[in-house]
Amino acid sequence: MSIERRRADVAIIGGGIAGCAAAARLRREGMSVVLLERGRCGAGASGVNFGGVRQQGRDFAELPLARRARPLWDTLSSHLGEEVEFVASGHVKLARSEADMAELERYARAAAALGLRLELLGRAAVQAQLPWLGAGVVGASLCAEDGHANPRVVGPAYARLARRLGAEVREHAPVRDAARDGEGFALRTDALEVRSRFLVNCAGAAAGRFAAAFGEDVPLAPLVPNMLVTEPLPFFIDRSVGVCGGGIYLRQIARGNVILGGGDGWCDAEGLRSRPLTAASLASMHDALALVPGLAGSHIIRTWTGIDGEMPDRIPVLGWSQTTPNLVHAFGFSGHGFQLGPIVGEVIAELVAKGRSASPLAPFAIERFTAARAPTASPNPVGINP
Amino acid sequence: MADPRVVIVGAGPAGVRAAETLARAGLVPIVLDEAERPGGQIYRQPPPAAARDASALYGFEARKAEAIHRVLDAWPGRIDYRPRTLVWNVFGNRLDVLSRDGHGELSFDRLLLATGAMDRVLPFPGWTLPGVYTLGGAQIALKAQGIAIGARVAFVGAGPLLPLVVHQHAKAGVQVVAALDATPFAAKVAQLGGLATAPRTLAKGLWYTARNRQRGVRAASGIQALRAEGEGRVEALVWRDSSGAEHRVACDAIGASFGLRPEAQLADLAGCRFVHQHETGLWLPERSPEGRSSVPHVYLAGDSASIGGADVAELQGRRTALTMLEDLGRDVDASEAARLDRALARQARFRRALDAAYPFPRHLVDAIDDGEVVCRCEGITAGALRAAARERGADEANRAKALTRVGMGRCQGRVCGEAAAALLAKSTGSDVERIGRLRAQPPVKPIPVVAGAS
Repeated sequence: MSIERRRADVAIIGGGIAGCAAAARLRREGMSVVLLERGRCGAGASGVNFGGVRQQGRDFAELPLARRARPLWDTLSSHLGEEVEFVASGHVKLARSEADMAELERYARAAAALGLRLELLGRAAVQAQLPWLGAGVVGASLCAEDGHANPRVVGPAYARLARRLGAEVREHAPVRDAARDGEGFALRTDALEVRSRFLVNCAGAAAGRFAAAFGEDVPLAPLVPNMLVTEPLPFFIDRSVGVCGGGIYLRQIARGNVILGGGDGWCDAEGLRSRPLTAASLASMHDALALVPGLAGSHIIRTWTGIDGEMPDRIPVLGWSQTTPNLVHAFGFSGHGFQLGPIVGEVIAELVAKGRSASPLAPFAIERFTAARAPTASPNPVGINP
Repeated sequence: MADPRVVIVGAGPAGVRAAETLARAGLVPIVLDEAERPGGQIYRQPPPAAARDASALYGFEARKAEAIHRVLDAWPGRIDYRPRTLVWNVFGNRLDVLSRDGHGELSFDRLLLATGAMDRVLPFPGWTLPGVYTLGGAQIALKAQGIAIGARVAFVGAGPLLPLVVHQHAKAGVQVVAALDATPFAAKVAQLGGLATAPRTLAKGLWYTARNRQRGVRAASGIQALRAEGEGRVEALVWRDSSGAEHRVACDAIGASFGLRPEAQLADLAGCRFVHQHETGLWLPERSPEGRSSVPHVYLAGDSASIGGADVAELQGRRTALTMLEDLGRDVDASEAARLDRALARQARFRRALDAAYPFPRHLVDAIDDGEVVCRCEGITAGALRAAARERGADEANRAKALTRVGMGRCQGRVCGEAAAALLAKSTGSDVERIGRLRAQPPVKPIPVVAGAS
């Protein structure tokens, strides 16, 4: 079989939201781009997640990025030319104990310093404003500008935007081999060889293998969120909901379906196949009923999951490789990368096109996991065979 | 060592005969079934309060029906029959079940899926009007509840169920105003030789057809297009015949569906490989003639693996049970297996002719307007699907689902999946095999949100 050959300024591994958004932005910067996606663009963690467009509750290291991402969502549908169903519903994080409430208060004070305004609701305010909540909620923190969107459509829409702008987006093109090639990179799929000056590793749950190929072993673990959706119900849950300490989270879409998540599904050792787990699904039903008694009598019509990558400190790796010039990593979003996706695309493009990002990336540096090492002096290719 | 646990899903003719064969060999199979009483859809039993005698309910098939109904009772303690039990997921060797006791799980050593079939549905203008049913739905209402879908009913079909359903309704006193076969008459004539391999079945079909004609039921075949009309509910059926002429009958209900398709979602969740059958356009879980699926320990029988009807289901149920026994290291009567194989081979010749006599009338979808709803659970129109195919890269069934929500609702694409695939194929210049099939996701049917189940 003859191998097609391509040359591009930038090669991107992974067609999630971040990769496709980066491809689109890099085209606008005038760079040539080839993006290689193992399956379909936006069909991995970008497409099967809860759909939360949420700032509150994030690690403070992540908050500046989330703040920068948030306004992009207001205009995302028009930017992409497709409806992404973004709704600024507000997001409430619920306290079920006084200790939870104290935690929410502490978080709100610190978030305010970073420009995120949260409104603390006491018991009476919760009853008045969130009458559909069950007993046991003692208070809440409301972020009025948070919301949710339809994750299934965002990644594919970014991929089409990138294509319209002239990026070469190849689907069903798993990268078999990634290596240094002179001053640049050489990538090989079954049918294609790509040479590029820059390489972007945003391969989601598979990104660890590509980092390792360049001498950067990272503790990236699979994360398999277990999700459920009900049949359409009369609209009554007008906020996206999470709880202190994690566990159940839920939202209702305009069509009436309630989407709920919690716990973990199953995935195979290769991180290729995943399935929801019944124990997690039943636990989510139990927890959702306790939180929102109005769900009694409704039916679950579908459950699903997908595979994301999680870092031990639950914030991503985002920035330059420490071993390899012109290599950018963006992975390990640890189950909350959806809201960040559009801005991560921008950040990647800033790094590649301008050499630096407007956002503080120090907390996301890969060397927090890798022993300090000098950049590889030799141009010897480091092959991988995933 | 304890006996292996064999679980059968479905108490229709396939599941019941398999259970009987296993019980006879000394195993105690567990039979899980959604219904209150055994029989499946074909031999569905009315609730006790609506009981009628078997010949009224099942006509020529009364004796077969009664025989199937008696089997599970004939093996007290030797067949663990659990009615009103929904199996909603298979993962590894574990089933998730929902019964009167709530959510539970059941592990198995061997699993036989005998989950039957449902109507093949195609949208046509007006198909979502109240008063439009499937043929199978109309038949079940009549059989189980003694209720007709209307007083003046038009029926449309693309298979041997049409003359039977028309006959059953006419016999029950319903005024059948039309019996329309969407497939061309010539296809049946061309297959007469093959159909004659099952002379008794053919004779029954011809008898129903003749009886319906005798009653004066208006009949036509080779229907080009259909439309249900009415304000708020069905008032008329309009069709275009093979010459292009339009006809209209007033009616208060329509029974329309276009053959049968396997209920194979559990096989999908069990990991069974599927193949596309060109003759019928159906996706079927791979099944060896002996009943093995592509997954070890998972077996298939009856219409859930390929549409063969009740007689084939009984034979396959028996044959597959022998295969399971053989795989479990039990002695199996080889002459019995050979006898079943011969009977099944005869039936297969008949089925090939029947499939060719009733080609799936996919052309009905090509003509529908952009505004017509294809996926009624999610309200997705033909236009939305065509646009997604043209402009958003929806060139595969699951991609189209992700982008448009088609097949994402309560029925999980069981009703709209085929029509959606036909539309996507047409819009992308592809074929339905390339479009693929919607992957099953648990639960295969909606399950209630309950507390405490964890």
